[in-house]
Amino acid sequence: MSVDKDTVKRVARLARIAVSDEEAEALRGDLNAILGFVEQLNEVDVTGVEPMTAVVPMKMKQRDDVVTDGGIADDIVVNAPAAEGTLFQVPKVIE
Amino acid sequence: MSDLTALTIAEIRDGLAGGKFSAVELTRAFLTAMDKARALNAYIVETPEKALAMAAESDRRIAAGTTRRLEGVPLGIKDLFCTEGVHTQAASHILDAFKPTYESTVTANLWADGAVMLGKLNMDEFAMGSSNETSYYGPVINPWRSLGSNAALVPGGSSGGSAAAVAAHLCAGATGTDTGGSIRQPAAFTGIIGMKPTYGRCSRWGIVAFASSLDQAGPLARTVRDAAILLRSMASADPKDTTSAELPVPDYEAAVGRGVKGLTIGIPKEYRVDGMPPEAEALWEAGKGWLAAAGARIVDISLPHTKYALPAYYIVAPAEASSNLARYDGVRYGLRLPGDDVIAMYENTRSAGFGKEVKRRVLVGTYVLSAGYYDAYYLRAQKVRTLIKRDFETVFASGVDAILTPATPTAAFGVEAMALASPIEMYLNDVFTVTVNMAGLPGIAVPAGLTGDGLPVGLQLIGKPFDEETLFAGAQTIEDAAGRFSPEPWWSP
Repeated sequence: MSVDKDTVKRVARLARIAVSDEEAEALRGDLNAILGFVEQLNEVDVTGVEPMTAVVPMKMKQRDDVVTDGGIADDIVVNAPAAEGTLFQVPKVIE
Repeated sequence: MSDLTALTIAEIRDGLAGGKFSAVELTRAFLTAMDKARALNAYIVETPEKALAMAAESDRRIAAGTTRRLEGVPLGIKDLFCTEGVHTQAASHILDAFKPTYESTVTANLWADGAVMLGKLNMDEFAMGSSNETSYYGPVINPWRSLGSNAALVPGGSSGGSAAAVAAHLCAGATGTDTGGSIRQPAAFTGIIGMKPTYGRCSRWGIVAFASSLDQAGPLARTVRDAAILLRSMASADPKDTTSAELPVPDYEAAVGRGVKGLTIGIPKEYRVDGMPPEAEALWEAGKGWLAAAGARIVDISLPHTKYALPAYYIVAPAEASSNLARYDGVRYGLRLPGDDVIAMYENTRSAGFGKEVKRRVLVGTYVLSAGYYDAYYLRAQKVRTLIKRDFETVFASGVDAILTPATPTAAFGVEAMALASPIEMYLNDVFTVTVNMAGLPGIAVPAGLTGDGLPVGLQLIGKPFDEETLFAGAQTIEDAAGRFSPEPWWSP
C-alpha cells in the first residue's frame, strides 16, 4: 500500500499537525518507505494466532475505590501556557 | 579526568565508607568534569546546587552512620524522567519550560537510596532515534573517536546523553529507557554496560511515555556490578503503574559473581546478518568461547520470526506513540502557538513543537490506526508479536538459560552520516535489540572489544522474564574476559 500527498495531509489533519506542501511531499516519501518496509509482515502466517495484549501475563491491578489524590489544582495549571486562576485558557470553542 | 570520576559505584561506596573522600568532594569532581565536557553536549541541564545539597546530606548521613544503599553516588538522569521542579522535556521543544510538580518512581527510588542528581541528560526527542541526532538540544557527541580521526561520531540513541556521560566519566552511572534498544545500542556504541530489565520490573510512572507496551527503564554503568547495584534501587513494585510487576526485587549484586558454570547459552542463527563487520562476528565467536571456558554449554538455536520483529515494531511503536503524544496540545503544558480557532492552535503548536522524526512516527501511527487499516497493520503486528514471543518461550522451554547475540550490527557511525539515508536505514540499528522489547524480556549489552578502527563493539545477553540475575552473571563473565574500555579524554581542555 502506498500513500499520496492528499492522504498524508488527511492523516496529518487527524494527527493535528499542520504540514506545508513541501513537508507533505517529504513525509509522503518517508511514509511510503516505512509502509513498504512493514509490508513483509504479510509473509507471516498468522492464522489462529492471538494478538498480543500483554508481554508479561499479569492480572490488572485493582485498588479500593477511594480518593487517593486531589486538591492540587494549582499544581495542575502551573505549567499551562495560558491559565486564569485554576482554569486552562483556550481559544473560543463555541460561537 | 580526575581520579574520583574514574571510580566505579562499588569503589565509591567503599571510599565514602572508609572516609577516603567526602560525597561533596566527589560531586565537585563530577561537576568540574561536566564543565570541561560541554563539547559532548551530554547534559541538557546541570543541577549543581541540588547536587551539592544532596551530597552534603549524604556526608551527614555517613557521619551519623545512617548510610543508604546508593549514598553519595552522583548520577545523571535521562530527560525522559520527571524530576520535581527540574527541566523535563524529553528533549523536545513541545514541552517547552515544563517543570514537573512530581518525581518519577524510578528517580524517587534512587534519591530515597541516597543518590545525588547531577543533571538531566540529552536524548533523542521523545526517545525516538538511534543516534541522538533528533534532540531539540542538538546531537550528543560520542566520547570515542576512530583511531587517527577527529570526526565526530554519534553515541547511539535514544539514551545517547546517558551513554556518553557514563563513558566520559561525567557521572558514576545514569538512567536510561529502552523501547527498541535505546539503552543497549548506545551502551554498545560507547563501550559501557546497558541493562534493559523485564517489562514491568521498573515502574513507568513519571516517565514521559513513548510506546507504553514496550518502554522500560534501566541503568547504564561502567561495570556489570555497578549496573546491578543501580537496578536494585531503580526497580520496585509500584501501585501507581498497573503494569509494574508485584515481585520482590532481588539483590542483583549478589548474582554478579556467581558465574555461568552449568548454564546453557543459545546462539540464534538468525542474528547473523549481511554487512556485519568481521570484528563483530569475531567478537561474537570470542563471547561464545569465554562463556564456554567458564563452564557454560553453548547450543545453536533458532528464533525463526526474528526478521519480522523490526517491521512489527514500526507498526506497534508509532501506533502507541501517536496515541501517547496526543496529549501535547498546547493547553496543559509546554509550547503553545496561536491559531484562528482551537484546531488551528493544536495544529500550529504540534507542527512547531515536534521534530521531523516524531512527526514521521506520529503520522505512521495515525495512519495504521485509522479506519480500515487497523486489522491489516496493528492487529497483524500484534499477532506477529505473539509469534516472536513464542520463539523465545520455545527456546527457553528447551533448557536454554540465556541467549548470546551481537548488540548492534555495526560500531558507532559519524554524526550526520545517515542524514540522507531512508529512515529504515537508521531503524536497522535496532535489529538485534528490538526483539527483546517485543517479547518483554530482559537484555544486557556488555562491551566485548574494539574494532580495527578502535571503536567499541558489544555483545547482548537475552534472558527469561525476571531472570536479570543470570544476565548479570553472564555479563560479568564476559567483562572478566574482555576487560573494560575507556576513551581518550580528548574533550577535556
